[in-house]
Amino acid sequence: MPTFGFTHLQFLLQGALWTIALSACALLGGGLMGLIIALCRVSRFSVVSGIAWAYIQVVQGVPLLVIMFVGYFGLPALGVPVSPLMAAALSMTVWVGAYFGEFWRGAIQAVPRSQWEAAECLALTSTQRMFKVIIPQAIRSATPGTVGFMVQIVKNTSLASAVSFIDLTRAGQLINNSTFQPFLTFTVVAIIYFMLCYPLSVLSRRLEKRMARGMRGV
Amino acid sequence: MNTVPPPEASPQSQDIVVLRDVYKSFGDNAVLKGVSFSVKRGEVTVLIGKSGSGKSTALRCIDRLEKVNQGHIEVCGHVLTDPGLKLRQLRLDVGIVFQSYNLFPHLTIGENIMLAPRSVKHLSKAEAADLAKKSLAQVGLSEKFDAYPEQLSGGQQQRAAIARSLAMQPKVVLFDEVTSALDPQLTGEVLRVIERLAEDGMTMVMVTHEMNFARKIADQVVFMHQGKVWEIGSASVLDKPQTQELRDFLAHEL
Repeated sequence: MPTFGFTHLQFLLQGALWTIALSACALLGGGLMGLIIALCRVSRFSVVSGIAWAYIQVVQGVPLLVIMFVGYFGLPALGVPVSPLMAAALSMTVWVGAYFGEFWRGAIQAVPRSQWEAAECLALTSTQRMFKVIIPQAIRSATPGTVGFMVQIVKNTSLASAVSFIDLTRAGQLINNSTFQPFLTFTVVAIIYFMLCYPLSVLSRRLEKRMARGMRGV
Repeated sequence: MNTVPPPEASPQSQDIVVLRDVYKSFGDNAVLKGVSFSVKRGEVTVLIGKSGSGKSTALRCIDRLEKVNQGHIEVCGHVLTDPGLKLRQLRLDVGIVFQSYNLFPHLTIGENIMLAPRSVKHLSKAEAADLAKKSLAQVGLSEKFDAYPEQLSGGQQQRAAIARSLAMQPKVVLFDEVTSALDPQLTGEVLRVIERLAEDGMTMVMVTHEMNFARKIADQVVFMHQGKVWEIGSASVLDKPQTQELRDFLAHEL
């Protein structure tokens, strides 16, 4: 029986790269989805904001693992072939989009009404007002929390291991199946996750502090 | 009855702002109950009154930040009660300065001023920068072009907000209690800027609690009480009030 060695560590690091890749997909896809959902949520058309609201409620009320199953097993059943990476990335996009959408809606609406009025009174169109006045301010206030949520994204990509995606967690499982050294194997997996997530936590906290300083002058 | 009846004749061409029998309520709370006055081109109209008298609401109705329930408002030829009103055209003709400055905190003072001329009037960056520098010179803040709002004092922020409004070259500027958040010294520097604008012939409507300033600058004083125009006339109404309400108000303000 093989014992945990350098090749295993290499295999884990390769899995970690896929975890990073999936996290990046989730961040990009979910970021775009979140922006669309947030904009729909603050739309003056109640149908549009209603649809976005329903989307958020549904996604937040369903476990991510089930969303992944719908993507990985459900889509092929409908005749849409998907690879594990595609299914995982798509599911993460749907899931992250709902959380970012709700979070950024809050940030947009937290920009004081007086800022909307001032922009309106300068004859800016509603699109100019949103993208040149409101969103830049919303981004400033939402950045620390958004970076903080990236920790959740990285950790939750581990659920993709259940849909045959060989990420860090799945790599750990495979190694354990051959070495039967679960404590050692999964401790190493945990350490790698921590090394991915901790810098994000620190960054988030730093951004928060910097923001608190910046706001004092206002 | 001391309220002024709505003017019967059609507005004269030199009237740049006309309110006729305007009603506005927020839910059950009737704030404006038949307000009528007009503002002539190049003149300064000062709205005074206790808080809750409706003066700020009346001012905000002129820029259609509030929709009136009833009555007629015409500003620079735009009929605000007309369903086909071109709102952005109105905002091009009307500038407004707020009590809380409302500068955009993520932009420098220069960018604050250039934003609308560039986005709305499609000026080039150089033209807009030129315009911004001229407006800043007008309010005595030339050296603050690259500063952020939070680096400025309240008075400087308010003067920058005035410059931002002026850069759009409005036909009339509204001032909504623009010195209420400032201490006396900073109030002075803002009022001096407004005074200079008046000397240059800018049409202005302002809500203020600065009675001495009103006395000095106003061509027309509108005293509002309980949602109505209680007294209206030249600045001399402040020295010879006709109604007990205005006498009481002036006694409290001093």
